[in-house]
Amino acid sequence: MTTPALWRDLRRYTTARVALGRVGNGLPTAAHLDFQEAHARARDAVWSALDLERLEADCASLNLPIHRVASQAADRRTFLLRPDLGRRLAEADATRLARSPTPGAFLLVVADGLCAEGIQSGAPALLAALMPLLHAQRMAPGPIVLAQQARVALGDEIGEAMQAAMVVVLIGERPGLSATDSIGAYLTWGPRRGRRDAERNCVSNIRPGGLSAAEAAAKLAWLMQAAMARGGSGVALKDEAPTLGLLT
Amino acid sequence: MPFAHAVGGTRYSFPDLRSLLARATPLRSGDQLAGLAAGSAAERVAAQRALADLPLRHFLTEAVIPYEADEVTRLILDRHDPAAFTPIAHLTVGGLRDWLLAEGDTATLTALRPGLMPEMVAAVSKLCRLQDLIAIAAKCQVTTRFRNTLGLPGTLSMRLQPNDPVDDPRGVAAAILDGLLLGAGDACIGINPATDNVDATCRLLELLDGVIQRFEIPTQSCVLAHVTTSLLAIQRGAPVDLVFQSIGGTEATNTSFGVSLALLREAHEAALSLKRGENVMYFETGQGSALSAEAHHGVDQQTIEARAYAVAREYAPLLVNSVVGFIGPEYLYDGKQITRAGLEDHFCGKLLGLPMGVDVCYTNHAEADQDDMDALMTLLGVAGVTYIMGVPGADDVMLAYQSTSFHDGLYLRAALGKRPAPEFEGWLERMGLDAASRAGTLPLRPALAGLR
Repeated sequence: MTTPALWRDLRRYTTARVALGRVGNGLPTAAHLDFQEAHARARDAVWSALDLERLEADCASLNLPIHRVASQAADRRTFLLRPDLGRRLAEADATRLARSPTPGAFLLVVADGLCAEGIQSGAPALLAALMPLLHAQRMAPGPIVLAQQARVALGDEIGEAMQAAMVVVLIGERPGLSATDSIGAYLTWGPRRGRRDAERNCVSNIRPGGLSAAEAAAKLAWLMQAAMARGGSGVALKDEAPTLGLLT
Repeated sequence: MPFAHAVGGTRYSFPDLRSLLARATPLRSGDQLAGLAAGSAAERVAAQRALADLPLRHFLTEAVIPYEADEVTRLILDRHDPAAFTPIAHLTVGGLRDWLLAEGDTATLTALRPGLMPEMVAAVSKLCRLQDLIAIAAKCQVTTRFRNTLGLPGTLSMRLQPNDPVDDPRGVAAAILDGLLLGAGDACIGINPATDNVDATCRLLELLDGVIQRFEIPTQSCVLAHVTTSLLAIQRGAPVDLVFQSIGGTEATNTSFGVSLALLREAHEAALSLKRGENVMYFETGQGSALSAEAHHGVDQQTIEARAYAVAREYAPLLVNSVVGFIGPEYLYDGKQITRAGLEDHFCGKLLGLPMGVDVCYTNHAEADQDDMDALMTLLGVAGVTYIMGVPGADDVMLAYQSTSFHDGLYLRAALGKRPAPEFEGWLERMGLDAASRAGTLPLRPALAGLR
């Protein structure tokens, strides 16, 4: 069954699922299966796992030291049920990181979060776009830490263990029906356990079709420099980054 | 006061009322996350037996959060009406469950409301199976009014939720037209704004008011901005029908939402002063919000949720709803937990006298799907839920979660023989909208033309 043209015309104005038509009181089969497909993809994305070998290979050209860590959430189900464990470093990893501190570093954490898909495909390109901007600002970033079963606040503990000055966590955002590859970037100055969300700055919806890697890198580079200049991050640090058009 | 009960030769003890309530609560992930859940099925049923034997009078002497420490506790105890409580004053919690099933009729339950404390209602719900939650709630009738009448017997209303990721007025208008064609919008047309500021809110309010006036729709609008934003909009003279706020069951939860009872009172009075309608508030709640704000005081999430309804009823709202599956799997893990929580919330809200709706919903990281939503909305329909949400295709493109759709409202009304609010139903018939959506014509074309 097709939706009559006049009604279907509503779709020009919104990405919402309007003008699906009706069969009796129900959804036409095609619309019903469109939804099921989108949900199936989102569900699979939640349960997707980072391929660390491939991610490390894709980040190799950045020429930065790379560490691998895991949170205390041993598996995906535990990760979903216990956000507190996703914010805590596995003890062995905490010990290991503390043995190779990088005082004053600008750490880059790449974390699976609620969806590994977008991180797997998008994080290396985002980092590659960020590097030259940071170098132009005379900021030397790194090392890179790849983190599994990780929430945003895991970056605090990683940063504290390594005595970093700042941590940027690139993390997979909760997949929606329309996008399963979205990355969020969270910047925290002076990372240590107990930091609150209000002490971070966030750039979200980084994905093809959302905020591009180039645009996101420009925002992040600006935020990182502003945080360094002010010695702080969070609500006090407003995103006054000029748009890409003014930079280029 | 400590409580104890033996099951299978093991004696389980509970140091105080809040731990007794928590251990008696049917399993859910949020109570486990908080470290409050029973450690075993046997401990849970021991707590339920001890709770069943507890006299209702005990709730008047032991607060789950101290009177001195929490203004919600003070509200609950100060508002308790001993005269209304008299018919059940001799009962235990288990006795109240039996009484509600056997004795309570609509008039009795209406008279009882001021005598019920939320903690009593929460306690009873913990002893109820789903069918008890449904059967008792179905006896409650709560009617509210603005431009139409909500909650009449045999009716089921829909909030039309036309959210847009960037508050694009064309996107909002397209979703409104789609919803009206499919019979949704009698509870209200309510937008969650993407940006919570007074300019954006006023623009959306003008848009909604324009649609309602132009087509003379017997419904009301709401922009679900923070209450302080709505107060500013009122000061600017914007057409505010309903004032919205998220609320919780502890003072500290409400502080995390940036509100207090005094601020809610100020907002209620400001909205009433516009003389646009009788019931002028719209509240949203949800199990887990207190724990999420670290404001739960060791009380289980369902008891705190019921306490939020005591806050809501202070301001005679037109609509209240529990956004039951929105918060995520660390509070309600799967379809089973979401289903029970939705029915508990509806039961507690209705017994306390609220026009209770439920946002039957889930996120993509919860173990739930459309089948779970179909089951819960159908159970809620049987229980007499006042309204559910209507989102285009069940997919909220702004809030990124799945709720119920306009089609779901059509299904539920047809399956259960329910009708929209009478004023709105008459309007739908006058406009020929049901026939139009079946035929695929667009009787509201002037509005569509305005979009071009």
